[in-house]
Amino acid sequence: MSILANMKVIAIGDRDGVPGPAIEDCVKTAGGEVVFSSTECFV
Amino acid sequence: MAEQYGPENVVVILGAAEGEASGIAAETVTAGDPTFAGPLTGVSLGLKVYHICEEEIKGLVDADVYEEQVGMMEMVLDLGEIATEMQSIRSQFTKF
Amino acid sequence: MNAVIKSVAYTLTHAPDLVVHAGSTQTTERIVNPESDYLKAITGGLRPFEDVVNYAPNQTYIGGMTPAQLAEIPMPWYENGLPQASRFGKFGEIMPQQELYLLLQICDSFDLVLLETDYAAKAAEEAAKHPMLVELLARAKAGVETAVIEAAMADGAEGLYQDGKLVGCVKKAHSIDENLSAHVILENLVSKATSVISLLNLVKNSGINRADIDMVIDCSEEAVGDMNQRGGGNMAKASAEIAGFTGATGSDLRAFCAAPVHAIITAAAMVKSGTYKNVVVTAGGSTAKLGMNGKDHLKKGVPVLEDVVGGFAVLISENDGTSPEILSESVGWHSVGSGSSPQAVITALVTDPLDKLGLKITDIDKFSPEMQNPDITKPAGAGDVPASNFKMIGALAVKRGELERAQLDEFVTRHGMVGFAPTQGHIPSGVPYLGFGREDIMAGDIQRAMFIGKGSLFLGRMTNLFDGASFVVQKNSGVSPAGSVSEEQVRGLIATALRDFAKSLGGE
Repeated sequence: MSILANMKVIAIGDRDGVPGPAIEDCVKTAGGEVVFSSTECFV
Repeated sequence: MAEQYGPENVVVILGAAEGEASGIAAETVTAGDPTFAGPLTGVSLGLKVYHICEEEIKGLVDADVYEEQVGMMEMVLDLGEIATEMQSIRSQFTKF
Repeated sequence: MNAVIKSVAYTLTHAPDLVVHAGSTQTTERIVNPESDYLKAITGGLRPFEDVVNYAPNQTYIGGMTPAQLAEIPMPWYENGLPQASRFGKFGEIMPQQELYLLLQICDSFDLVLLETDYAAKAAEEAAKHPMLVELLARAKAGVETAVIEAAMADGAEGLYQDGKLVGCVKKAHSIDENLSAHVILENLVSKATSVISLLNLVKNSGINRADIDMVIDCSEEAVGDMNQRGGGNMAKASAEIAGFTGATGSDLRAFCAAPVHAIITAAAMVKSGTYKNVVVTAGGSTAKLGMNGKDHLKKGVPVLEDVVGGFAVLISENDGTSPEILSESVGWHSVGSGSSPQAVITALVTDPLDKLGLKITDIDKFSPEMQNPDITKPAGAGDVPASNFKMIGALAVKRGELERAQLDEFVTRHGMVGFAPTQGHIPSGVPYLGFGREDIMAGDIQRAMFIGKGSLFLGRMTNLFDGASFVVQKNSGVSPAGSVSEEQVRGLIATALRDFAKSLGGE
């Protein structure tokens, strides 16, 4: 079974790493459905 | 959310800037909150969790989109450290 | 003509008791988990004022040492303090909590700040020795009995503590309006007071006549107002009043951590257009962010390093022919359509404005992105923020073929620097290097530097967008106002004339 295809994806991005919306864009191309996306800010 | 969709159908993708932060975030969604402070304290969800920069994920994403969205960060992040940390968390806590 | 960076001031205010009573990590913990071990342990992790003064990143922030000197000190820096460092540096100062509390009262126009009689007297005595606070002492009020403070506390006031002991309070300013609650008033007064102390240091550093300041822009992160206009604003004018800028108006600019860079771009444009001659960009700091990562710090045996409130002030003036210029014709901004991927962000902020100037990434001698102190962020799991910013910029240079992949580490060392600013949101965002950058450019060590601010707009839940802006500061082109020429240019012209004359003699 694929890790992403037809899966519900929770994207937890990081402002100083890869942000949530960038993860979303990637995941969609692999057939995942983003059900939650956020970006953390530690500073 | 995991309950709504069934935990076996949910995967968490992280974008954290370094290994340790990835580890903490990953542990939170798999084993529960290690800081014993947040809403997930004591809740062992055992979700699947990966970092967007891991090979398992990169291989599934459209190459052009990946390059555009993540490509530059591959040069910046310590990919080895992140992969090691994530594998360790998955082997300990992921149930699905 | 481009506006110039005329002068800067940087201040830190030690606030250990505010860490415990006003930092959001701690106030949240008190609600969620009031009996937690963390709340019991935090007092033991606080540093005395001497340690805060001797802490090398703090010394760097106030100009007591350079970022290059800081880089030579082995980390962790909290274990390698500088003995006998001074609380005053060439850019500003580190203020103790007692002076802050007195300054809160000085900044309070509504009799909301009460200090206990003995404490108030001692604070005033100390402040009388301070080169700038002394002039404000007339605004301080007489102390009150502890019973009066306790009564106010019973009526919703926020306590002011020194070493855990109640020494005063900030009263609520309205019976039901939560925007005027004691918590909000304390937060706003601390922001105002730390802006004021930065403004006073700026006056001292620049030697400017205060009446010559036309405009003050506050770019901090607090909201001033009541229930009918929660972010009504003009913290700028409120601070300018206390600092004695009688000729100045003011307004606030808010853009999360990107606000200081937006504000300097705005100020430079105002001066360049001729609207104002002297604009001050200022910001006080945040009580909420005190001890933000305290849990991680204590867990790792690190002191609670987020124990200072930051502040800064920058004077932007008409071109004087010598001070470094802000290149207003080509600033960078992250647009609504830029996209949020790291390369989209860095492209918008770094290479788009450089392309307009015909410059390469490597033509910028120093980059000043978010200058958070890694001593604080690394144990908190947030990594080394400035280092990853330099790597991102270098990585983009590699992608553009301006740099070899193998040169990436060297790029980070040469065009970057170690972070030295406290994690106070807007405070570390680009501006901490303005003082050193100005000096490095004027000394001829570097030609130009780029300052980058980024903001996490999504935290306010109004948009999922990211934000950022940037500007370049460059060696003065040497042309002074009104089209006259500088001494340097005159020397150049004479040399050319003499050479031409010599040539003509030789030719005959």
